[in-house]
Amino acid sequence: MTEEKAKVKHRTRRILNRFGRKRGNLIPILQKVQGELGYLPREAMLEVAQFLDTPEIDVYGVVTFYNQFRLNPPGKHSIRVCLGTACHMKGGYITLDAWKRRLAIDRGQATPDREFDLDTVACVGCCVMAPVTVVDDKPEGKVEPTKVDGILLSFERERERQGEERR
Amino acid sequence: MKATRRQSVVSTFQEIKSQAESRWRELQGGKPVIMVGVATCGRAAGALEVLRAIKGELKRQRLDCPVVEVGCMGHCYAEPIVTISKPGYPPICYRQVNPVIAQRLIREFILGDDPCLEFVLGALEENDLVPSFSDFPRAKFEKKVILKNCGHIDPGQIDHYIVNGGYAALAKALQLKPEEIINEVKRSGLRGRGGAGFPTGEKWKICRQTSGEPKYVICNGDEGDPGAFMDRAILESDPHSLLEGMLIAGYATGARYGYIYVRAEYPLAVRRARLALRQARKLNLLGNNILGSDFSFDIKLFQGSGAFVCGEETALIASLEGEPGNPHYRPPYPTTNGLYGKPTVINNVKTLACIPHIIQNGAKWFASTGTEGSKGTAVFALAGKVVNTGLAEVAMGTTLRQVIFDVGSGIPGGKRFKAVQIGGPSGGCLPESALDLPIDFDSLTQAGAMMGSGGMIVLDEDDCMVEIARYFLEFTQRESCGKCTFCRLGTKQMLEVLDEFTKGKGKIKDLDMLIELAEDIKAGSLCGLGKTAPNPVLSTLRFFRDEYEAHIKEGRCPALMCRDLIAYYIIPEKCERSCDACVGTCTVEAISANEKRIKVIDQEKCVKCGTCLSACPPQYNAVVKLSPPSQVPASK
Repeated sequence: MTEEKAKVKHRTRRILNRFGRKRGNLIPILQKVQGELGYLPREAMLEVAQFLDTPEIDVYGVVTFYNQFRLNPPGKHSIRVCLGTACHMKGGYITLDAWKRRLAIDRGQATPDREFDLDTVACVGCCVMAPVTVVDDKPEGKVEPTKVDGILLSFERERERQGEERR
Repeated sequence: MKATRRQSVVSTFQEIKSQAESRWRELQGGKPVIMVGVATCGRAAGALEVLRAIKGELKRQRLDCPVVEVGCMGHCYAEPIVTISKPGYPPICYRQVNPVIAQRLIREFILGDDPCLEFVLGALEENDLVPSFSDFPRAKFEKKVILKNCGHIDPGQIDHYIVNGGYAALAKALQLKPEEIINEVKRSGLRGRGGAGFPTGEKWKICRQTSGEPKYVICNGDEGDPGAFMDRAILESDPHSLLEGMLIAGYATGARYGYIYVRAEYPLAVRRARLALRQARKLNLLGNNILGSDFSFDIKLFQGSGAFVCGEETALIASLEGEPGNPHYRPPYPTTNGLYGKPTVINNVKTLACIPHIIQNGAKWFASTGTEGSKGTAVFALAGKVVNTGLAEVAMGTTLRQVIFDVGSGIPGGKRFKAVQIGGPSGGCLPESALDLPIDFDSLTQAGAMMGSGGMIVLDEDDCMVEIARYFLEFTQRESCGKCTFCRLGTKQMLEVLDEFTKGKGKIKDLDMLIELAEDIKAGSLCGLGKTAPNPVLSTLRFFRDEYEAHIKEGRCPALMCRDLIAYYIIPEKCERSCDACVGTCTVEAISANEKRIKVIDQEKCVKCGTCLSACPPQYNAVVKLSPPSQVPASK
């Protein structure tokens, strides 16, 4: 575990080297760190606070204020259900339920095998394709419960194929 | 500015322009040009697969045609869109292109001479062969100013923007005095397109007159209203128009630095804007002594982190300074005490995108469109239950009916129009009686909605007004920064009451409490988020009180939407013995056949996702929604 922590510290420091010690850089720094580590572990936030000479609570305050920052590691595939107005009115909440049911997790959680994480997003601006789910950064349009099953099936096939290749 | 300096701006720009033109000519070289719309909406519809198919087919056929990746034309309902300009033909747009159609277009139109009329959306120019966009009924109302380039140029190529007249306004502006530019913008009557409608020229003037160095120009691209995507489309399709607007704003106000604040949910917009900045810097359209003048200006891109409240200008500034996005009390306004306490102009993406057109064509030209109090055009994102979803740019003063029924072609599926939601979480739902209102800043506010940034969601008879009010309140409640008690706790209270309504548990006297709470929240909140949060509730209560009463008194949802108040039921007389469509598609295996092979829904298991309703073949039409659920006959 301590080895893991040291690694996080090391990687965070390497990112910090690219930035000036200015408070205005806090959000871009956190974005970069999360971009590389996938989330913002405690050690990373401590490093950032020290680097900017800011109280730790301020860094934590910013991290928890903004929706994009996460405190726990993501899954391998990210599922983001759009809950914009158009998506909601065309059944985005039903789609979210379908994802929850199939993955057996709630929004903001990852599956125990860390294969998927599920979250919602305010609006990705693809309102004409509603209801939209962003799967690994690709917006998928008209995702109804049956398409949820279809997307999961394609991931399953992918895994099977990879398994066969390995064998 | 001295005459020599002026001379230098003119000649430097001429040089840049002629180089861009020659590079562009070389790329085209008289060959057919294929344009693929790859903005986010196109991508969601499969544009990247189409792009791959086109490139693959060109290679197979050993054809050397330039493939240009363009942005969004606004006809999002027809995505993916491919435009082919072949010498001898008008430029033709094809709709809903898939990889197979794309291959056919290349084989039959580029190689052969069959323009595949069966896939045509429209031609860009008038001609004798195919109907052009100007023949569309919507053409009468559309007036493209800001969206003129969108979908027609490559947002990743500064050359393409320059060839189409880009940065000429900047060159012109640099030959004028800053005061002259401010006066021109004032005369144009341009008002802020972010929703509040503050006169842009006035804002610039205050910033210019306030002392303090360095000054900043911030472009507010934190388009957080769910259901709005105009700014995204501009950032993705024509980022340079925004840069040019910011440069002119910077020169006019005496600013040294600019920030483009883009929300994190728009990754493609962020990439496009970054690329545009790099390209502009390379041609010295950004940086020191721009075009040989003594004006120096640089722009940085700042990515938001997913907080709706950061669309409020003081919260946005806090976010740029590395703080949580809590709004501050105004005054002082950012024009005098903005970023790091310096004079700062914050303008919306669309406002800034108007600037080059005003400088280039003059204030008089701009003011010739629109109404007395609102000049120019309005850009709307049409979504929801409307046939032609997408972007529409119309003159201010166009009526809602014209936008929804003429530009948007009305409601699909023969359904009845119920309401239009304008202005997102700050706006309201307007009923049919309001459809002849002209769209401008003042009329919409009077009607109980607001212009907002321009999201327009059309709702039909299947949409529940209580549910949409609840949805918006859930949104604002979650996005409230928590600073003001009324906003933080008041919206929570309102949400709880609305939650009860959608479950059929409310009381009639709660309606009065809702109105009371709404007034208190409006009065007791600091920023626009709290002040306008109750609007969706107030407007739906005003126009659709009967729906609220049906929920409360009868436990019935008239639109058959609220899940706690409906049940799915298969009418035994209509169910076909030999058909199993619903059984196979039910996501929770709640449907089974009885001894007569008639399908029955197990109400205990049913999650009310509606899959069975869409699966049931239209000739049987046996699945219905019933409200209240007690209407379902007891199973024997």
